[in-house]
Amino acid sequence: MSSSLPDHLQPARSFQGLILTLHNYWAEHGCVILQPYDMEVGAGTFHPATTLRSLGPKPWKAAYVQPSRRPKDGRYGENPNRLQHYYQYQVIMKPSPANLQELYLGSLRAIGLDPLLHDIRFVEDDWESPTLGAWGLGWECWCDGMEVSQFTYFQQVCGIECSPVSGELTYGLERLAMYVQGVDNVYDLNFNGLEGDEKVTYGDVFLQAEQEYSRYNFEHANTAVLLRHFEEAEVECEALLKAGAPRESDNSAIHKMVLPAYDQCIKASHAFNLLDARGVISVTERQSYILRVRNLARQCGEAFLLTEAGGVNFRSESV
Amino acid sequence: MPDLLLELRSEEIPARMQRKAAGDLKKLVTDGLVEAGLTYEAAGDYWTPRRLTLDVRGLTARSKDIHEERKGPSVKAPEQAIAGFLRSAGLFDISEAHVHTDPKKGDFYVAHLKKPGRPAEEIIAELMPKIIREFPWPKSMRWGTASSKPGSLRWVRPLQSILCTFGPETEEPVVVDFEVDGLRAGNVTYGHRFLSDGKPITVRRFDDYVAKLEKAKVVLDADRRKEIILSDAQNIAFASGLDLVEDEGLLEEVSGLVEWPVVLMGEFEEEFLAIPPEVVRLTIKTNQKCFVTRKQTLHPTPALRSAPSLQEEGKNGRNASTSPSDGGGHSEAAGAGENPLSNKFILVSNIEAKDGGREIAFGNGKVVRARLSDALYFWNTDQHDLPDMHTLAAAAIRFDLDLAKPLDQRMARLDALNVTFHAKLGTQGERIIRIRALAREIAPLVGADPALAMRAAVLAKADLTTEIVGEFPELQGGMGRKYALLQGEHPSVAAAIEEHYKPQGPSDIVPSDPVSVAVALADKLDTLVGFWAIDEKPTGSKDPFALRRAALGVVRLLLSNDWKIELMPVFEMALSQLREDSIEKRVEGYEQHQAAQQSGDVDGEEDVINAVSGFEKRLRSDVIEEAHPVLLDLLAFFHDRMKVYLRDLGARHDLIDAVLTERADNLLLIARRVEALVVFLNTEEGQNLLAGTKRAANILSAEEKKGTQIANAVDAALFNLDEERALSAAVNQAEKEAAQAIQNEDFSGAMIALSALREPVDSFFEKVLVNDENPAIRANRLALLARIRTATTTVADFSKIVG
Repeated sequence: MSSSLPDHLQPARSFQGLILTLHNYWAEHGCVILQPYDMEVGAGTFHPATTLRSLGPKPWKAAYVQPSRRPKDGRYGENPNRLQHYYQYQVIMKPSPANLQELYLGSLRAIGLDPLLHDIRFVEDDWESPTLGAWGLGWECWCDGMEVSQFTYFQQVCGIECSPVSGELTYGLERLAMYVQGVDNVYDLNFNGLEGDEKVTYGDVFLQAEQEYSRYNFEHANTAVLLRHFEEAEVECEALLKAGAPRESDNSAIHKMVLPAYDQCIKASHAFNLLDARGVISVTERQSYILRVRNLARQCGEAFLLTEAGGVNFRSESV
Repeated sequence: MPDLLLELRSEEIPARMQRKAAGDLKKLVTDGLVEAGLTYEAAGDYWTPRRLTLDVRGLTARSKDIHEERKGPSVKAPEQAIAGFLRSAGLFDISEAHVHTDPKKGDFYVAHLKKPGRPAEEIIAELMPKIIREFPWPKSMRWGTASSKPGSLRWVRPLQSILCTFGPETEEPVVVDFEVDGLRAGNVTYGHRFLSDGKPITVRRFDDYVAKLEKAKVVLDADRRKEIILSDAQNIAFASGLDLVEDEGLLEEVSGLVEWPVVLMGEFEEEFLAIPPEVVRLTIKTNQKCFVTRKQTLHPTPALRSAPSLQEEGKNGRNASTSPSDGGGHSEAAGAGENPLSNKFILVSNIEAKDGGREIAFGNGKVVRARLSDALYFWNTDQHDLPDMHTLAAAAIRFDLDLAKPLDQRMARLDALNVTFHAKLGTQGERIIRIRALAREIAPLVGADPALAMRAAVLAKADLTTEIVGEFPELQGGMGRKYALLQGEHPSVAAAIEEHYKPQGPSDIVPSDPVSVAVALADKLDTLVGFWAIDEKPTGSKDPFALRRAALGVVRLLLSNDWKIELMPVFEMALSQLREDSIEKRVEGYEQHQAAQQSGDVDGEEDVINAVSGFEKRLRSDVIEEAHPVLLDLLAFFHDRMKVYLRDLGARHDLIDAVLTERADNLLLIARRVEALVVFLNTEEGQNLLAGTKRAANILSAEEKKGTQIANAVDAALFNLDEERALSAAVNQAEKEAAQAIQNEDFSGAMIALSALREPVDSFFEKVLVNDENPAIRANRLALLARIRTATTTVADFSKIVG
């Protein structure tokens, strides 16, 4: 249990308390606590703090909440377990520490899941993101038969071998909160931990958004515009990568515009997800769109290795 | 003799890989030790989710010294040669070498070399790092700081520690000292992740290792974990008046997910039992890795009642239940006579929880409930209208579907989705059109109603687009059958939807309902002819489309049900279906061409019709003609399958060869012929006739080698001995009778007809000299022998029979 928080912010009572507890825990273990990336992404992995920072030799530890959008999972607010917008809690540690499993179990204890009361299990699950050209080995972490986290040792990201390997933890916050709060419907989650008139539920915050975005995702998103956005983002991404590329004339090996280019890769990926939800992408086309996004991700990853954060001037202590 | 204990402890190893990995470890280590000159008495391999352990008993403490003699040059050899010999043998001075004497070569030098044995520890320390580095995991990974260096250690998940001790029972064992990527072997392990105190455990040898682990809540032996799970699960179920539904695969998997198995019971709402039992079972098994239970039988009689029905199985398998009169009573995959599922399930946890497992059971129940409500949603959705009905009209017309019915809608959707079956063989929809046409043609051959066979063919693959089959592909066919019964299809149609996939392998049940047989044959033959037509045949061990299994399926369908079907005409039907589109197009083109030439002429119209129908007839026969070599090749493939099948049933290979001819396409008749031949050759007549026929054949083949022309007919005028006349008459008679019997498919009759030849053949060889001085008489006698060969060949080619 998190002792530094007031009672109403204990994870068993409030959704935001769960987030605060995880922030505290991972901050204590040396992570920089970031805020969500300000773009529409399908998962926490897309945040440049994970995708790009997992590349290159420089050590990196970060934790953050990432709102994640899965347009296809919209259910107009009628399904108690499915959302088109939800929160992932993401932890990335490079290189993966030897005690990462222990650290993870510590975080569960911190939010009130006692492993002598609950059955915590690491069940094989190999992770792959075809759009990011990324894969890793790891587990689904089960608590009493429910998948509460994804635990992955990244082997490859943006088509590039990870060197060193990062450890990535992803918690499905709503599901975890439903479990610790003992709630069966996501919209019934207590958001702020207060009771009576002051209580704010997850539904109060997000139900309307789920309804509206489901309409948009499935019925009204303008597919012609989205298609254009996809193509434009693709062109822009490659143009930025070209413009920022190291030039002999500058006498520098540094790439100067990776992050803006990567934003365009994220945009293309989200446009694709929306098009997919609108059902305008056939099975055969699907693969080629995925390959186009992956190609952008690969180029961004390669360019990132030519930057300061990508380790250009980094000298490992052990050398 | 000393024992070796090895433990490789890692983060959680995928359950499906553990057993094989432990076996690989045992093999690699013991092979390596033996190769290095050590011997051992026994080796045992163990595993849990977090460790692979090897226990090698009675290992020799060191490898033996090896003595070797190396021959050198002659004592008279030049100095240079002797110096070279010293270098290669590692000697300082020639005085260290011995001199041996050879009577031919004279005296020469021999070095007596001794390769001293090595201590086992040294061998183990050298062997282990290599084995660990090159371990054959199906998938492996890098981790941690070391992963930035090239060639860093790969393991299935991060390897945490290595324990390796070696020593005799009477002494304190030593740690075998070696290191892999910074992990140094020691004598320390750890217990259960949660239930132990987390302190290091120092280990001497296997016995105290197992005991200490057990104390630290780790059951090392997977088979013991399985026994614990199974018996606890049975007991818990029994105590609640339930029976555990056993599942060996699940048991194996679950035993690989826990180090300290604790069996608990959870429950879900009764309303979910409205879902078909196999869907409930698969949902709970696949997603939650839990077991289901059945309500206990109050009276033991159902078990007794089911016993006699097992007796009826015979060669048709247990398919009494699929006869049309049976209705849907057997549609439950839980099986006839089995009790319905209960709403209690069994889960296996990895901890002894402080609250006795209450929270764990409750939590698992919640997840199972969520999964089952998904399954219930799928089951209901599949019985309701599809949202995209407006896209289905064209398919409805193509397949004569009733779009008021859910399964008909699913078939329409399968067609509308244009799912590719194979790039060169069209879509699933096009394939169903072919199967339907083929099923209609095959139906009368197997006593099925063509209308039912067509309907079954149309619905056979419809369940591929249902939600449940999307979730659980292994339920294809079975779900189609259920949905078909629910929408009031004829029971035979419903049965055929499930059974047309059968038989899937050599031990699978063979359907017997004629409608099932018709659709099963149509499905398999369309596949086989299709893949032959596009030249995608199985090669060596590669058979990606399971064509061998399909052909064996056809063989078993025909033989088990005693259906006499000539395959070539069916192949031809299947082929014309495959070519139907292109035939139609060409006929249409021809028609337009003709019509353009005859425009305006009233009489001309009839001419056009005649011309077109003539053109189409020629075209069709050309298409078949052209494909004939391919179809004959497919028939040869069936002959091979048939040989394998009959051989597995105990028939001799040479006997099958003796009755097979290139164009034999009636599999049942081939089988009957083999059977009759087996019986005949077991009689004295058969054996003697075989000997006589072989003697005749040998004489003939010797003559044929010399280039002698053997006349086709005998000349009665040239006979001068009674035995010749008698044999000739007997041959004529036997040939006539045998041919008649074969015509009537009476193969034993044919054999009996032939057996009449035995006496005249024997007498002929006894009394008649083939090599007569008169060349005309000699030639005539050879012709008579040739007649024996021809006459017997109507039944079997005796020359192919061994012995």
